[in-house]
Amino acid sequence: MSLLSKNRVVVRADDVWKSYEDGAITVLNGVDFEANEGETVALCGPSGCGKSTLLHLLGGLDTPDRGRVSVNSMEINRHGNPLRLLRHEVGFVFQLHNLIPDLTLEENCLIPTVAAGTRRSDAQARLRELTGRTGLSHRLGQRIQKLSGGERQRTALCRALMNKPRILLADEPTGSLDEKTSATVFDMLLELTANEGVTLIMATHDRGLAARCNRLVEMHDGRIRESSPIQP
Amino acid sequence: MIFFKLILTNLLRHRIRSVISIAGIAFSVTAMLVIVTVLQGAVGMFSGILSSDSEIIVFERNVSDLFFSNVPATAVSTIATWPIVQHADPVLFGIVSSADHPIITCFGITAADARLRKATWTGGDRGDFGKHADDVVLGERAAEFMSAVMGSTVQIGHGTFHVIGIIKTANGFEDGGVFMPLASAQDFFHKEGSSSVITIKLHSKDDASEFKRMVKAQFPTLVALEDEEFTRSYSQFKILKATAWAVGGCGLLLGGLGVANTMIMSVFTRIREIAILRVSGFSNAQIATMIFGESAIVSVFGAIIGLLLGTAILYALKLIPALHGYVDTAVQPLVVLIVIVLALLTGVAGALYPAIYAMRVRAVEALRFE
Repeated sequence: MSLLSKNRVVVRADDVWKSYEDGAITVLNGVDFEANEGETVALCGPSGCGKSTLLHLLGGLDTPDRGRVSVNSMEINRHGNPLRLLRHEVGFVFQLHNLIPDLTLEENCLIPTVAAGTRRSDAQARLRELTGRTGLSHRLGQRIQKLSGGERQRTALCRALMNKPRILLADEPTGSLDEKTSATVFDMLLELTANEGVTLIMATHDRGLAARCNRLVEMHDGRIRESSPIQP
Repeated sequence: MIFFKLILTNLLRHRIRSVISIAGIAFSVTAMLVIVTVLQGAVGMFSGILSSDSEIIVFERNVSDLFFSNVPATAVSTIATWPIVQHADPVLFGIVSSADHPIITCFGITAADARLRKATWTGGDRGDFGKHADDVVLGERAAEFMSAVMGSTVQIGHGTFHVIGIIKTANGFEDGGVFMPLASAQDFFHKEGSSSVITIKLHSKDDASEFKRMVKAQFPTLVALEDEEFTRSYSQFKILKATAWAVGGCGLLLGGLGVANTMIMSVFTRIREIAILRVSGFSNAQIATMIFGESAIVSVFGAIIGLLLGTAILYALKLIPALHGYVDTAVQPLVVLIVIVLALLTGVAGALYPAIYAMRVRAVEALRFE
């Protein structure tokens, strides 16, 4: 048993089922999953195996047809407040940066703090901290169109972490970047989550990146085929 | 600040669409302001004619228009003798035409009438009024557009009249009107022995109810109404006001549809952005506020531009000689307030469906297709 598995479970899925188009397309077939505090988990598997759907369910963006999803022991679709979850517990990073093009880097990052009603001074301090760590301090006033692909994805990472979430859900976070930029962004992702004690659950096709996580979860046809710790 | 920028961002992103929406509201507000102001002004001026130094008007019961009212001369002479009455002035209304002006209001009155007493005589003397059947007094604007001066002869309808006075009054209709001796007007309009109305001034306003009771008892074919009562109940005024608001309202509705179209397009083209805001923790209320905020900005700008444009048009109307005396272009603050509130409500109503649609955007579906 690894050191991490002794830690508290922060997110958990029990016998979760999900289908679309009135059951015609089944995406998850009774998935059981859990992640511990501070753990980094890579979800791997072929396209359509249910990685993204599982991430959406874990983040409260979608509801399971059957089964339970809990964050911090609170079943989110029954007792939990999905809005609170999105504002304070969970951050999302997607394959595409999904930034608002007309806003500056700074404004994009501050969006979650507007949603959460964070004090302006606190939000600014957090922004400075995150952009300092990701090397974006000098680009705060730039519009998104003027940023490189790597900078955009780092901005998306900062935005996801602005409200100090305890869980970061990343769906192919480096999928749209070249190899070198991808490595840089992923290094930052690991460093930030490690520093802040954030649990990272990442869907990826990149076996190289997956190998740098604490645990690899293999999915196939909506099921978890294998979940194994990765030895450093 | 960022929230406000999120609202502004979309308006600035589609500038032409935003400008068209603002223009839609602006033109609607302009139309409403001009139509309502002109008609309210006309109603106000007409009411003013009737309430000139009087507080009660007597006219024929159940007539749809005062031009068709016939009040017998016997009623005038009887009412004038009642102790509670200070003075009773018969007025015969008619429409006449001159060579260049097809519609001129004509007032058949006596020399004692308040219109002549209270007016500023820029030419002539009140003492000469009524001495000759073919004498007329012109309102200042009427004299201007008829190019008449003291001593001129003017052709009015089928008759030729001699101008013995020019007066300036506060009322546009009167200023653009022709004042004939009552007997001449009765002859001219073939209404011998009658007038359209009697305007009454009482010694004490407290006697108004008693006066109305006496009229009802002695002249069952006539009705007496206090000025405010008359303005409120006169069907022509009600029709005019209702028409003004209905036409203006239709204009505003069209503007509202423009806003709705803009807002729907705005929401449809940024579903993904709304999804990201949702993922970032935006509540339904925050999303809706953003959409309503956008439409409110369109409405406020539209209303401001519309008010400025409307005021400019009203000012221009005032300068048109043919409309002299018939258009009161004084904008009432209440009308401005109502127009602004209606413009805002229209904007909000136009954003209602888009806001509901935006609130229903499911982030997971919007983000699935990258």
